[in-house]
Amino acid sequence: MKMKSEMVKNAAGRMVPTEVNGKKQIPFKGVHGYKPKGTKAAPPISTCSDYPMDGNKVVGSIMEALKLAGLKDGMTISSHHHFRNGDLVMNQVFDAAAALKVKDLMWFPSAAFPCHEPLIKYMENGVIHHIEGSLNGPLGKYASEGKMNGLAVLRSHGGRWQAIQDGEIHVDIAVIAAPTADQLGNATGDRGPSACGLLGFGLADSQYADKVIVVTDNLVPFPCIPWQIQGQNVDYVVVLDKVGEPDKIVSGTTELTKSPDRLFIAELTAKFVREAGIMKDGFSFQAGAGGTALAFAIYLKEMMIEAGVKARFVRGGSTKYLVEMLEEGLTDYILDGQTFDLDGVRSMRENAGHINTSPFTSYNWHGKGNFASMVDVVVLGATEVDVNFNANVVTHSDGQMLHGIGGWQNCLFSKCTILPIPAFRDRIPVIVDEVTTLVGPGELIDVIITERGIAINPLRKDLIKATKNSGLPIRTIQELKAEIDDLIGGVPQKPKLTDEPIGVVKWVDGTVLDTIFKIENRK
Amino acid sequence: MTKIFQAGPLGDTIKSDCQVFYTPGSKSLAIEIESKVKVLFSNAIEDLAKKTLATLGITTGKVLIKDFGALPFVMMAQIETVIKRAHPKLDKEALPEFKTHAQYGTTFGRFRRSRLYLPGNQPKLFLNAGIHKPDGVILDLEDSVPPGEKDSARYIVRNALRSLDFFGAERMVRINQGELGMKDLEAIVPHNVHTILLPKAETADQVIAMENKVNTILKAKSLKQKVYYMPILESALGVLNAREIAMASKNNVGLAMGLEDYTADIGTQRTLEGKESFFARSMLVNAARAAGIQPIDTVFSDVGNEAALRQSVKETKALGFDGMGCIHPRQIKPIHEEFAPSELEIDKAKRIIVAADEAEARGLGVVAVGSKMIDPPVVKRAERTIKMAIDAGILSTNWKTGS
Repeated sequence: MKMKSEMVKNAAGRMVPTEVNGKKQIPFKGVHGYKPKGTKAAPPISTCSDYPMDGNKVVGSIMEALKLAGLKDGMTISSHHHFRNGDLVMNQVFDAAAALKVKDLMWFPSAAFPCHEPLIKYMENGVIHHIEGSLNGPLGKYASEGKMNGLAVLRSHGGRWQAIQDGEIHVDIAVIAAPTADQLGNATGDRGPSACGLLGFGLADSQYADKVIVVTDNLVPFPCIPWQIQGQNVDYVVVLDKVGEPDKIVSGTTELTKSPDRLFIAELTAKFVREAGIMKDGFSFQAGAGGTALAFAIYLKEMMIEAGVKARFVRGGSTKYLVEMLEEGLTDYILDGQTFDLDGVRSMRENAGHINTSPFTSYNWHGKGNFASMVDVVVLGATEVDVNFNANVVTHSDGQMLHGIGGWQNCLFSKCTILPIPAFRDRIPVIVDEVTTLVGPGELIDVIITERGIAINPLRKDLIKATKNSGLPIRTIQELKAEIDDLIGGVPQKPKLTDEPIGVVKWVDGTVLDTIFKIENRK
Repeated sequence: MTKIFQAGPLGDTIKSDCQVFYTPGSKSLAIEIESKVKVLFSNAIEDLAKKTLATLGITTGKVLIKDFGALPFVMMAQIETVIKRAHPKLDKEALPEFKTHAQYGTTFGRFRRSRLYLPGNQPKLFLNAGIHKPDGVILDLEDSVPPGEKDSARYIVRNALRSLDFFGAERMVRINQGELGMKDLEAIVPHNVHTILLPKAETADQVIAMENKVNTILKAKSLKQKVYYMPILESALGVLNAREIAMASKNNVGLAMGLEDYTADIGTQRTLEGKESFFARSMLVNAARAAGIQPIDTVFSDVGNEAALRQSVKETKALGFDGMGCIHPRQIKPIHEEFAPSELEIDKAKRIIVAADEAEARGLGVVAVGSKMIDPPVVKRAERTIKMAIDAGILSTNWKTGS
C-alpha cells in the first residue's frame, strides 16, 4: 500500500503530493520559478593513504565489493544506462545484495530497461524497496499497476543530477559498468568489447556517491585513456567476463523509419526548420534517436548541402547519420550525450570533433548556464499534446505509464522546440483538450508537426511571421484537432483513473510538476 | 450446431481494422466488445455497433467485435459484411455520414501523373493516402483483394468514399472483371466515385456495358454526377482493340497499361528494358491520343529503387505517356518530378502562351511565335506544360509578371 499524502494544486494547476517516499516536496512554481539556496551536497572526505599505493583497487567479485562498500538495509544504489537493454551488471548486483540478505534498497538508475525484468522479484521479496529512474518495459508496467512500494519518481537526465546535487538523493553506492578500465578505476566507454560510447550518465554518481564501484570486462594497464570516469573518485574495481551485450547496447532505436507517413512528417519538419530561417550557417540542432528524428536529420542534411549551410554543432544522441555529417564537414562538432550506434562509438574514438558531454554540461539546473538553451532547434517526440501546447511523454492517453523522461524536459529550453508526431495512433488522437500527464509546459513548446499540418504556439509570433508565406501547411492547433477528431469518430471518453498516485513527474528544478494516478482495474 | 459467421482480417498483427463474429439466433441481440482502445472508445464502439445493426435490421443473435483501432467507417463495413455473409439476401446498407470533404469533384483533363494503388481490404493504408498528394488514389477491389474478401473490401471502399478526405486526389476505384464488377458498381457508384478503372478491357462492348450499368445506377438514384472511365489494357486482344476501346465512351479519360498480365498473355516476361512491351505501349499511346484521352503507363514495382524508378519514368514520358501507377507513396514525388517539363519545354511553352495572349489582345485569330504559326492544340499543350511546371514548384504562379 502507498502512503497517503496531502495533495496540493501547483502553479500548473495540477494536483501533486506534498510528500513522496518519505521526503517533503516542493510543488512546481513555474518554469523558472524555483531557486534553491545553500550549498550543494558533497561526498565524505577521503584520504589517498587509505587506498593502495600501487593503485590496484581490483577486488574479487561484485559481492566482495558490495561488502567492502558497507552495503546495508535501506541504502541507495545507483547505476547509469549507457548499456541500455544490454546491461549484464545490475541484475548481478542485486543478486549479490539478495545473497547478502540486505533489504529495502533503493535503486537509482538513470534508466531501467526490459533486461532488468528479473529485478521485479526483488521488489516482491523486499530486497529492493523501490526504483527511482526512467522505467521502460516490464518495470514500467509493474509500477503503472501500482505494485511497486513507494512512488515512481520520474526525473529528466538533468533533474537526476540536480537531485543528487540538492542532496534530495544521497547515493550510498554507485555501480559504474565500464567497457574499459584500469586498476585505479579510470574508465571509458568508447572502447572494449562492450563499448557503449560515453559514460556521462555515471559521472555525477562517481563524484557524489559515498562509495564507487567500477565493473569492467576489459581491464587495461594504467592509464586507461581517455578517463571519462576518474579513478580518483573510485573505491573498488571488479572484473567480470562480460558486462554487456553489444548488440543490445546499440539497439534498434536507431533504425530509420520506413513508414511513408513518418517520413512525410520528418521532411515537413526539416522544411519548417529551413523556411523559419533557423537553418543557417553556424546553427545548431538536436534530434533524438527515434525513427522520425533520424529521418529529419537526413532530410535536413540534404537541405543543408543544397543551401551550402554548415552547422557549428549538433547535439547527439549520436548516430551514424550525425557522424556522416561530421565527417563530411557539415558540422564542426557533435556534442554527444549518449551514443546510439557503433558508428557513434567509433567516431567518438577517432574524431576530435566528436565530444563526450554529460548532463552537467548540457542539462543541469544548478549549472552556471548550460547549453540546452543554446541549441537553435530541437526535435522531440511526445505521446500527447494539448491545445495549450502542454505535452506528455511518460503516459499514454489511456493512463498507462510507458516511458521515462530522458533528456526530453531539459531539451525544451532550446530556442525552438518542435514535436513531430503522427496525428493519431490506432485511432488515439495525439492532440487532446488536456494532457493526461503534464511533463512539458506549453510555454516551452513551440511547434507541433503532424502529417495533417503544422501548429505554431501563438506565443511564437516570430515563427508565425517567418513562415507566413512559406507555403507550409500551417494551421491552428484547434483546426488540426478538429480534423483529427472528425476522422477518428469523435473525442475519446476519459479513462477512469483512481485517486491513488503511483508516481510523480519532477520538473527540471526538482519541484513536482504532476502526479500519475493508478488506472482503474479493467477486465 | 449454430454457425458462427466471421468478417475482418485474420492474424494478430491487425492495425486500424477489426474482426466481427456473428451467431444468428432467436434471443434478443447481445453485443460483446473487445478493443485495444477500449479505455478511450468503449462507449463509441458500442454505440456504433448498436446503430449499425439496427440499420441492418438485426435484432437477435450474438455479435462479438474484436477491435484493433478500427475507425468507425471500417467497423461499420465489417459489421455489414458479417451480417450479409449470414443473410445474403439482405439489401439494406449501413452507410456512414457522407462528409463534405468527400464531395469534391474532378475534371476530364486533370493531371493523372501518379495514381496510388490502395488494396481495398487494407483501410489502414487509405487513412493518410491523400497527404502524399498523388494525382489519384485507386481503391482497388480487383487483384490486390483475395477472393474471400471481395464483399468486405467493397463495403470498406464504399464507406471510405463517404468518409475520408483524399485531399484533392482523384477518387478512383478499380472494379473486378465480369459480374463481380457489376456488383462493385452498384455499391460504389452512388458515392462520388470520380473514375472507374475497368480491368482487362478487350472490347468496346465491355466499356459500353459498364457505362450502361453506371447510367442505370445513377438514374435509379436520380444522381447527376459524371463518372469517368479508364479501361486497362492487359492482353494482346485489348492492345489490338485499343482504338475502339479508347473511343467507346465519351467519358473515357484515359487508357491504362497493365504489363504483368499483358506480358504473360503474349508468352513472355517483363524485363527492365521493356522491349517486349514497346509495341503495346506505343499502340496504347497512339490509341489514347487519337481519342483525345490520356495514355497512362503501368506501375513500377521495385519500391526501394528510386533511381530505377526515375529512369523508368523518363522512358515512360519519352514514349508519350501522361502518367503511371504507384504502389507506394514514396514513388509519388519522383514521378511528379520526372514528369515535370524540362527548362527547354517550359521556355517554349512560355513563348507560346505570351504569343497567344498577344494575339488575343490584338484580336487576331492566328497565333504566331516569330514567323511560325501555332495551332490551337499546341497552345493548349503549352498551357498544360506551364500548369505542370507550376504544380511541380519549378515555375512561379506569376511568371508572366516576372517575379
